[in-house]
Amino acid sequence: MRWIEKQRNILDFTLGSLLRRRGKSLALLIVYSLVIFMLASVIFFTHAIKKEAAVVLEGAPEMIVQRLIAGRHDLIPKSYADTIREIKGVYAVNGRLWGYYYDPTNGANYTLMVDSDLNDTAGSIVIGKGVARNLPGDNYGAIPLKASDGSYLFLKVGGILPAESELVSADLILMSEKDFRRMFGIPDEYVTDITLQVRNPKEYTTVATKISQLLPDSRPILKEEILRTYDAVFDWRAGILIVILLGSILAFLILAWDRSAGLSVEEKHETGILKALGWETSDILLMKFWEGVAISLTSFLVGILAAYVHVFFFASGLFEPVLKGWSVLYPEFRLTPFIDGYQVATLFLLTVVPFTIATIIPAWRTATIDPDTMMRT
Amino acid sequence: MIELKDVRKVYNAGKPSEFVALDGIDLSLEAGRVTVLKGPSGSGKTTLLSLLGCMARPTAGRIHVFGREITSLPERFLTEVRRKTFGFIFQQFQLIKGMTAIENVMIPAYPSGERRAELKARAEKLLEMLNLSHRAEANAEWLSGGEAQRVAIARALINNPAVIIADEPTAHLDTKLAREFMEIIENLNGGGMTVLIASHDPLIHESPGVDHVVTLKDGRIVSQGAFQCS
Repeated sequence: MRWIEKQRNILDFTLGSLLRRRGKSLALLIVYSLVIFMLASVIFFTHAIKKEAAVVLEGAPEMIVQRLIAGRHDLIPKSYADTIREIKGVYAVNGRLWGYYYDPTNGANYTLMVDSDLNDTAGSIVIGKGVARNLPGDNYGAIPLKASDGSYLFLKVGGILPAESELVSADLILMSEKDFRRMFGIPDEYVTDITLQVRNPKEYTTVATKISQLLPDSRPILKEEILRTYDAVFDWRAGILIVILLGSILAFLILAWDRSAGLSVEEKHETGILKALGWETSDILLMKFWEGVAISLTSFLVGILAAYVHVFFFASGLFEPVLKGWSVLYPEFRLTPFIDGYQVATLFLLTVVPFTIATIIPAWRTATIDPDTMMRT
Repeated sequence: MIELKDVRKVYNAGKPSEFVALDGIDLSLEAGRVTVLKGPSGSGKTTLLSLLGCMARPTAGRIHVFGREITSLPERFLTEVRRKTFGFIFQQFQLIKGMTAIENVMIPAYPSGERRAELKARAEKLLEMLNLSHRAEANAEWLSGGEAQRVAIARALINNPAVIIADEPTAHLDTKLAREFMEIIENLNGGGMTVLIASHDPLIHESPGVDHVVTLKDGRIVSQGAFQCS
């Protein structure tokens, strides 16, 4: 009980002490919160977007088969689909048609894809929000797309894809098979790639091996591999940002060290009074510990809350270009909040622990002030 | 009660700036008495008070407080002895600015782990005893010299010490306030408290409440005994 009361008394004194030096304390709190905010934003965003990618890919085919020629992705004959269908356990084998289109007017790359629902309405397209934003006015009418033979296709905008899917559909243009083949000059017997499903999910690797044996120039890609690639891409981007932010963290730690080591005359004097009045070195260290805890936890909470709002309500406005990638059409979307204990623990280890370590030695030096000095000032 | 045997204190030993502050001090202080250390500046009064109050350790010699040899005690125990046995009144009062008078009074008792309500009640009682209840919530920097000193006295008493140590307590007070201070000291002494004062203020040396005067010069005791009016 006395121990608890002692902690309470010293904590009360510490909070009072921080309030007495509110200017200094506030400055440290702001810088500390800012560092945590930046790191938390990167970590929250990376985790959320990876999670989002996983959710988006849930509906994607489990396996895609591409054809490689000279190590590059090439059109694949429709007959390959028939060969794949013959493999035991394989179903829903479909050819896909998709490609990219560079729009020199906007300097943007669009993803063009065939949607079988549009096959009956050739000449009509459905576009993503990002594409729509690049078009002048609200009444889109028909947009001209330059075909591979140099002629122009005027395709009427029949609809705009919903905002909820913008992460993956911002730069998307859906069209009929007829328009797509005309656009890129692709013969009827070819598709871009083939998708398929396997009844027993454990057999995907076996089926992939069989496809590679039956069709040596093919490359089966598993959804799992795509997810891993997404993870690697976003981890890499987050890694780059964190490396850049390490500079800020280091600067902050130097500030924390400097603040603790270069205590003001007033603070040193105060410590001397406490020692002279019967506070032990451990009591001073306890006070410094509570001071660190108060600053760390407040900054941690402020930084994390600010990062949460920044990432999940303002779509990571500050780091958006770096984290989302190279696309010219940045999707406008709100990430689904996703935070787990691992992220919070990582942030804690990256911020609170270094701060505590950076302040321990200076705090110890302060705490060992000779009480005798008070008699001489 | 407090006994010093052949105590020596050297600052910056072995360095060119070596300075012998005290040398060959033999002193015995009895409980319940008011002892005054007098002497010119640099004579070693403050150093002697620091040693007596367990704030510093002697370079050589032994100090006994209530029969306990304290010179070899680890820092933690020495601090405990200091907190439980002594109450300090510093020359500049050394109140913490930005804190109220009552908060300043409570500071020495915080590490003891006493309940805050009880602590506050005791601090209020002490301020009342020193006629400072009305200034309890005033910040230290807004107190007058006399008020600041009474707060310092209340703070020195918060842990119910056996000994009050005061270093040049009247250095920043006018004659009226200096007399008031000595009245307070005499009252405390009347209650059985031991008081040690270092001062070169004649008003203190000549105060009727003083039982024992120790004169120091160049770090040595040159005379000691009961005070006698010249």
